[in-house]
Amino acid sequence: MEIYEPTIVAFVCNWCTYTAADLAGTSRLEYPKNIRLIRVMCTGMVDPQYVIKALLEGADAVLVSGCHPGDCHYINGNFKARRRMKLLQEILPRFGFDRNRLRLTWIGASDGIRFVEIMHNITRQVRELGPTGMRNVVGF
Amino acid sequence: MIRKLPLEKGNVPGAVRNLLRLLLALDDVDAVMAPLRTPGARMIMPGMVSDPERIEAIDPVSPCFPLNAAQLLSKLARKPTGAFLVACLRPCEIRAAIERAKLHQGSLEEVILVGMDCGGAFSNRDYQTFSGTVSGDPAEAFCQAIQADELRFPEGLSLASACQACTAFTPDAADIALGTFAWESGFLPVEARTEKGRRFLERLHLENAGMEVCEKRNVVVSDIRDRRIAFRDAMFEKTRAAVDSPEKLAAYFSNCVLCTNCRVACPICYCRECVFMTDVFDHEPLQYRNWSRKSGAIRLPRDVLFFHLTRLVHMSTGCVGCGQCSNACPNDIGVTELFCTIAAGSQQAFGYFSGRSIDEPPPMTVFETSEFPEVVG
Repeated sequence: MEIYEPTIVAFVCNWCTYTAADLAGTSRLEYPKNIRLIRVMCTGMVDPQYVIKALLEGADAVLVSGCHPGDCHYINGNFKARRRMKLLQEILPRFGFDRNRLRLTWIGASDGIRFVEIMHNITRQVRELGPTGMRNVVGF
Repeated sequence: MIRKLPLEKGNVPGAVRNLLRLLLALDDVDAVMAPLRTPGARMIMPGMVSDPERIEAIDPVSPCFPLNAAQLLSKLARKPTGAFLVACLRPCEIRAAIERAKLHQGSLEEVILVGMDCGGAFSNRDYQTFSGTVSGDPAEAFCQAIQADELRFPEGLSLASACQACTAFTPDAADIALGTFAWESGFLPVEARTEKGRRFLERLHLENAGMEVCEKRNVVVSDIRDRRIAFRDAMFEKTRAAVDSPEKLAAYFSNCVLCTNCRVACPICYCRECVFMTDVFDHEPLQYRNWSRKSGAIRLPRDVLFFHLTRLVHMSTGCVGCGQCSNACPNDIGVTELFCTIAAGSQQAFGYFSGRSIDEPPPMTVFETSEFPEVVG
């Protein structure tokens, strides 16, 4: 059977998760090519509509990843991101988007190895979920 | 604090007008905002009254609900004026006004919110039919229908589904709350529900009332609430089943023309510059070609689902269920049904009930350092 290769859009914080991805790169660690990183200055600037847009354009999952609680470069952006993710996880599953397609993680700047592990895990899980029904909804 | 408002021959509108007259006579009150009869027509629109003689034109219990007046109240209360305004509104309008005040869209400092038990309303289209069918005063006919517990209307008309599913039809969030469903008592109970309400109500020198005035009303209220809960739960279940996949959601909005009337009518969608009105959505012509090439065909206007989902995320924690989105929809999409269903879940997730209290911050404006551990991972 052919393996489904999902597209996963990841909004990553410049100060931690993006730096961890950079560290993974300079350490020559590999992570799945399914992940499409979008660097943002803080997870607190990820408006829920960015997540919705990604899903409507055909992403199979969206990851938002920021600093551990207490480490936010802007003091509390990650706490705001957590509330918004809570809201999205409440609303979008009603329309058939599995909750596991909406992910929030904390990955510190020195967690290069952990970054790679998490990307592998998420990719594996979303592969199992398969494509979202969005791809059948032509042009919406 | 509960007082008795005299009620003559079950004339509820007359009693309400008397209360508004008493409030307008106070020296620090200079106007009343309330539903007004429009000259020469049966339409009722929000209006402002300064002359006590014109109070007679106020129609407080009409089943006509052309728009949510909380938006207009924001305009009237945008800056201090030095005197109080009495705003006589439906419970859902009061809750919307409170939500808007929390979002800094108008202040309630100089506003006295007067509310009453709400029998519900028709959609604009059904109101036209209803008011054309009944021979006498449409508000009186409606009043009699509720009082007779006979909510059957001519020509298969029914109340707007938002109203049939509304369980918050008592004016719990008002400063001064009128128990208009106590029509059998000879008095209407008037209750001050806030400190401000108490300050004004005690200056009206109305007779003190014990709890017994409310007993008959409580029976009516709990009866109606049971029916509304049953209707609401059935509506939730039906709506959930109608949108439980992206394909079904797309079908639900298949006749949306993206007129954005629902956004304009929504009292909670307060952004002066909505992102959907900005040039972010003036896509390049080449972008459309690319989309079309990629999928083989695209539906236009684009961004329909994007618009509704974004609106859901932006306002569902504040939705008061007034039903004006459906009222404004030119294509009879069940916007209210969907938004109420989703909003119930959003508000429950944060232990929030929109418009319940001015002191509860909207969920998206605050956070705790330690909460929702299940979201992370």
